[in-house]
Amino acid sequence: MLWIAWKMLVGNRVKYLGIVFGVVFAALLIAQQASIFCGLMSLTVSQIRDVQGPGIWVMDKNVQFVDDVKPLADTELFRVKSVPGVEWAVRFYKGMARARLPEGSYEQMILLGLDDATFVGAPAGVFLGSIADLRKPDAVIMDDAGYRRIWPGEAYRLGRSFEMNDRRAVVVGITKASRTFQSFPIVYTRYSQAVLFAPPERKVLSFVLADAKPGVAATEVCRRIKERTGLQALTRTQFIWKTIDYYLQKTGIPVNFGITVLLGFLVGTAIAGQTFYLFTVENIRQFGALKAMGTSNWTILLMVLAQGLQVGIVGYGLGVGLAAIFGWVVKGASRLSFFMPWQVLAITAAAVFVIVLVASLLSIRKVLVVDPAIVFRG
Amino acid sequence: MTGLHTLDDQPLSDFAVRIRGVTKEFGAGGAVMKALRGVDLDVPYGDLLMLIGPSGCGKTTLVSIVAGTLEPSAGEVLVLGKDLVAMRPGGKVAFRRDNVGFVFQSYNLLPALTAAENAAVPLIIAGWQRRRAVEKAANILAELGMGDRLANLPSELSGGQQQRVAIARALVHDPRLLICDEPTSALDAENGRITMELIQKIAVQPDRAVIVVTHDARVYTFADRIAAMEDGRIDAVTTGPRQEVKNG
Repeated sequence: MLWIAWKMLVGNRVKYLGIVFGVVFAALLIAQQASIFCGLMSLTVSQIRDVQGPGIWVMDKNVQFVDDVKPLADTELFRVKSVPGVEWAVRFYKGMARARLPEGSYEQMILLGLDDATFVGAPAGVFLGSIADLRKPDAVIMDDAGYRRIWPGEAYRLGRSFEMNDRRAVVVGITKASRTFQSFPIVYTRYSQAVLFAPPERKVLSFVLADAKPGVAATEVCRRIKERTGLQALTRTQFIWKTIDYYLQKTGIPVNFGITVLLGFLVGTAIAGQTFYLFTVENIRQFGALKAMGTSNWTILLMVLAQGLQVGIVGYGLGVGLAAIFGWVVKGASRLSFFMPWQVLAITAAAVFVIVLVASLLSIRKVLVVDPAIVFRG
Repeated sequence: MTGLHTLDDQPLSDFAVRIRGVTKEFGAGGAVMKALRGVDLDVPYGDLLMLIGPSGCGKTTLVSIVAGTLEPSAGEVLVLGKDLVAMRPGGKVAFRRDNVGFVFQSYNLLPALTAAENAAVPLIIAGWQRRRAVEKAANILAELGMGDRLANLPSELSGGQQQRVAIARALVHDPRLLICDEPTSALDAENGRITMELIQKIAVQPDRAVIVVTHDARVYTFADRIAAMEDGRIDAVTTGPRQEVKNG
């Protein structure tokens, strides 16, 4: 009987394509917008992800997200080091600096200062120059996107210089780095150099990066740091989610994307539901004939649900596929962020399931109440 | 020859259909419409009964009740020895599936299925494997002269050919009761005659009964018995030409 249901469905091509279109439209819009949203959210935490090595970030207790830097006294480093369970701890500077380029123009940059001795937090994607070159005077390593932004169309060249806070900075390396939410160039340097590039402040330590001793849980060490120093200590994952939470709760980003996703859901439901209902009404005599010939209501119910499911699977596949193609195209051709984790696929699948269920339910009622005697009426 | 509506002197086992005092009312309160007003009718096995009468006289209502697709308001309905009034809805569905074949006025073929697939539908409903069902349907269609049209969709067939597919569909599962609702009304005289000949040749069997609802006086010659309805009652049951030939 499911075969008959399938043949009935695809036999009316116009209606079938109409129903599928509704589901595709919804799946595409939901998956695409949700992926862009996830892409944006991943940008907000890219700097945390790029800092490899430390499992624990220590910061002022009022810090709400990664760019919300509230400087600490340098002595906090030693207090953190003294907490039992801390394997090691280093300083980390993060701030904004204004660079003056040789052409006379100015550019905002994200300045990251790495521990002078260990370079903990150094970028992993240096493809021109080396991390060790940071030990040279005035040395900085710049991300490739930033380099192309400052010197568009020009080949990568080490030794180029610019000024930050009236101090000369020399590019000794180019690295791959994840794009940031603000899209500013990123420059890495030694901590001692960074505080010279940064505008003068009484306190300059942004974060203490630390790690737990083997056998001690990072969360436990975080708890101890908080207890003994009064600072906020978070695991890398906790800091990522704290940052994302901030953007979710304090900005209009989720609302804007949520509205688009909701519109996609509603329009998709309306198109698919209405077309599926019309398809059922058009076939009501056929359903009546099947009932007259001895098809039970239960089988009719399964047939309609199978039709809905079939439309859902095809529509979901096409919609998500188109969204993925969109992401693949824009990733190379624009600066639009696009990240499609499995959760987006699952959410889209759930939304599509609801759409086809609603569409099916509208039709199910119609076919279940149809009197099989309808077939005797001319 | 005008006769009694019932054949009470014969044993119950001779009858495919026995109806007594069946009424059917639609609506409620002051808007009640009486479609059937106490109908008595017998249809013996091996008979082709034609149900005739003007539009709105209750033919469709009566045949719907006999088919088990409509509940009577009162009365007794025995079909193939089963009391349809006492039967539960699920039982009626299974009863129709196993015992009743339908030929509808507007064919009601599924437009997306081929002729052979359409004819196989009752077997698929009964749980047959699709391939086996289509094979059996193809054999019956071939018997009906449709062997070269098995793979055609209904839209590619003439009215007469579609009606033959409908007949094949009605007979494919060997039902003991065949109900035909105006099977010739959409056909020209020649196709109507061919259709009735096919029904008579293939469907009328000693262990099966056929009820044909019709307005078409041209096909009365195919009847064993003709029941004339008027205003929700059976006015008269006459012996048809076939029965007269049978009786010598």
